[in-house]
Amino acid sequence: MTDNPHISIQHLNVQIGNHAILKDITLNIPNKKVISIIGPSGCGKTTLLKSFNRLLDDTADVKVTGKVLVDGENIYDPNVEVTHIRKKMGLLSQRPYPLPMSIYDNVAYGPRIHGTRKKKDLDEIVETQLKATGLWNEVKDRLHAPATRLSIGQQQRLCLARGLAVEPEIILGDESTSALDPVSTSIIEDLFVSLKEKYTIVLVTHILRQARRVSDYIVFVYMGKIIEFGPTEELLLNPKEELTKEYVKGFIS
Amino acid sequence: MIRRKLEESFFRVLMVLATIIVAGSFFLIVGTIFYKGMPFMNWDMVTKIPGGGFYIGKEGGVLNAIIGSLYVAGGATVLGLIISIPVAIYINMYMNGKNYVATGLRIAFDVLFGIPSIVYGAFGFFIMIYLGIRASLLGGILAVTLLVIPILVRTLDEVIQTVPKELRDAALSLGATRWEMSKVVLRQILPGIFTAILLSFGRAIGDVASVLFTAGFSDNIPTSLHQPAATLPLAIFFQLSSPIEEVQGRAYASALILTIVVLIITIFSSVLAKRFSKNKIQ
Amino acid sequence: MFRLLKDKIYSKLMLVFTLASVSLVLLIGIGLYYKSLPLLHKLSWGTLLTSSEWRPLKGLFGFFPFIMGTLWVTAIAIIIALPLCLLTSFYITEYAPARIRKILIPFVNLLSGIPPVIFGVWGVLFIIPLIQNHIAPHFVEFSTGYSVLAGGVVLAVMIFPLIVSIVCEVLMTIPHELKNASLALGATKWETIKKVLLRKAKPGIIAATVLAISRAFGETIAVLMVCGNNVAVPHSVFDPGYPLPALIANNYGEMLSIPMYESALMFAALLLFIIILLFNIISRLILVRLERGLSE
Repeated sequence: MTDNPHISIQHLNVQIGNHAILKDITLNIPNKKVISIIGPSGCGKTTLLKSFNRLLDDTADVKVTGKVLVDGENIYDPNVEVTHIRKKMGLLSQRPYPLPMSIYDNVAYGPRIHGTRKKKDLDEIVETQLKATGLWNEVKDRLHAPATRLSIGQQQRLCLARGLAVEPEIILGDESTSALDPVSTSIIEDLFVSLKEKYTIVLVTHILRQARRVSDYIVFVYMGKIIEFGPTEELLLNPKEELTKEYVKGFIS
Repeated sequence: MIRRKLEESFFRVLMVLATIIVAGSFFLIVGTIFYKGMPFMNWDMVTKIPGGGFYIGKEGGVLNAIIGSLYVAGGATVLGLIISIPVAIYINMYMNGKNYVATGLRIAFDVLFGIPSIVYGAFGFFIMIYLGIRASLLGGILAVTLLVIPILVRTLDEVIQTVPKELRDAALSLGATRWEMSKVVLRQILPGIFTAILLSFGRAIGDVASVLFTAGFSDNIPTSLHQPAATLPLAIFFQLSSPIEEVQGRAYASALILTIVVLIITIFSSVLAKRFSKNKIQ
Repeated sequence: MFRLLKDKIYSKLMLVFTLASVSLVLLIGIGLYYKSLPLLHKLSWGTLLTSSEWRPLKGLFGFFPFIMGTLWVTAIAIIIALPLCLLTSFYITEYAPARIRKILIPFVNLLSGIPPVIFGVWGVLFIIPLIQNHIAPHFVEFSTGYSVLAGGVVLAVMIFPLIVSIVCEVLMTIPHELKNASLALGATKWETIKKVLLRKAKPGIIAATVLAISRAFGETIAVLMVCGNNVAVPHSVFDPGYPLPALIANNYGEMLSIPMYESALMFAALLLFIIILLFNIISRLILVRLERGLSE
């Protein structure tokens, strides 16, 4: 592990209404690696992911205590400006949600709101990111067609390109392949593996084989707590905790 | 056993009858309006203003009222939108985490929706006197704006709620501010905004009680906001009580025109709403 | 950063718009009360509400005939509309084949789009002659047709779509399992409706009725055009009546030279406003609670 992790979580508690969703989470995310968060549904793994870029703010009756340090800055500090935190992280949700505009504008949306206006610069960003996600050859002739005309798999890659366009350091994936067909899934998985050279990638998944295929580290969350955290092979093949063992064997689901 | 079967079929017949009455009343009303209005419909009706005074003159048509209605309903809908869009956005985008306040606001707008138009008319008139505005196109537009604000707010509110939370999250996680996110959401609900406009326009164009004291009435087409204006419903209301047959005929024809306009708007908006709800499920 | 400032400014601006438009409820209430004050200083609430003396020129303002006119018309409308609408809603949700249901619901919606003045015209052209020539002669010696009955019938048709749409919506949220449970016990469809659905949908039906009553209270033009507008307490359905909204609509802006008259009309508007506010809040609260209960 590197010394200065992009994301460092310290004693994070999240409560929604009277339910404690996350309990005393402490975790350092290693840089430029793929980390999978696994666990049974309802264990709080998506909440954990959303706490990284404060997307929980809009949830009703939510109470967050503890710290999430992003590049050493506690993002739950009241004086923090939330949009620049979010800019550091690209989010890929369960299903693709392209913005209601053209393919080109989807990718250019982020750079535009952050102040890039020149057409030449935008053209370059769009081309680079569409190439990075392997979409360029498929869409270069119809950049100004509505994004909704793409197939689901293409849409998801577009959403990834859109996220990369704001030059994040971290990519968050919330079961990003669960709505995709097997071919699109493997394209996205390969992208994750190749993107880790430049980005730190945190994925939520409930598919153990996927976690094994793409990730370097695995975090196992159960009932709002981190049970175990370690390198992929080690955690899957040789878990230390009894709960992890049972989950990996398929006894808890 | 036989008694139970009898009861079942008795009530079944009753239900079918009730349904025929309820659904049939629509045909009865539209039928009556067509039957009475058709004989008086002619080209002059929609191209000429009344000749010799709306209450006694036998010549001309109701162009003044048609144009006046379009002005009043159009003006009120535009003003209403300018106010309602920010309100709907505020309730949905800026008040998350304060659900009780949002629910309270929604109930308040529902209550405003329930306040009868005569009360808006009386209140609008009171405000106009206070501001020194005479009964005029402007007065009518202001009163009708009050009437359509709750309709627009609640319709837009419902439409915004159909936008998936993930779309908002997508914009936010690109570093968008709430305002920038709201613009994305507005783009997403464009067809829904159109539905709201139609609903509001339909209500605005048909209402009498709110413009009764505020718009005045005139045989001419208003050329400025400060001139009195006629509207179709007012033309129907005033001309129906005339003793002269031709004038009554103008009322019938006006009723026919208004009915057709409103039916087109209603059909159009419900088709749109249906398409929109299809988008939502997708 | 400029963007953040923009966001802040817009947010404050939208808050102002929201507060301003919501405070309309208060503003209207206060405005109407303020304008009724001169009348309220002169006559007590008790006198205003219970006296039948309506002699504006002598400064006597008894609202009892108008209140009774409103109550008669509303009561007739509800008595006609409620059973018809309940039966229709049950037919639409429980009996009608999907194809017919798909046609029926839009029709009911179309009805709600028709402007009040058109209902009024229809009342004058269809209901009035019907009552005058075919119904009234069986009961009374003479009637012009312009009566609280005519007002009630027109209003009933106007509130059809409101009641049907709310009740249908409530009925459709009742889980199939509940209906099936009753049917499986050997109950007929009607028995299921009577014993299960009616009970389950009761809060929704009450909310719809209360909402319909408040709509009927406030409806102005359509009623005004058909119910005769005679200042007297009606004693039969064939008597003319003079509901509160019609009083305002007929006289406002014209008779304002008479002292206190404007104040009296504003008092009428205030009465309407208070009653409708109460009824609306009650029904909306029931509906909101119903929605919550179903979503949880």
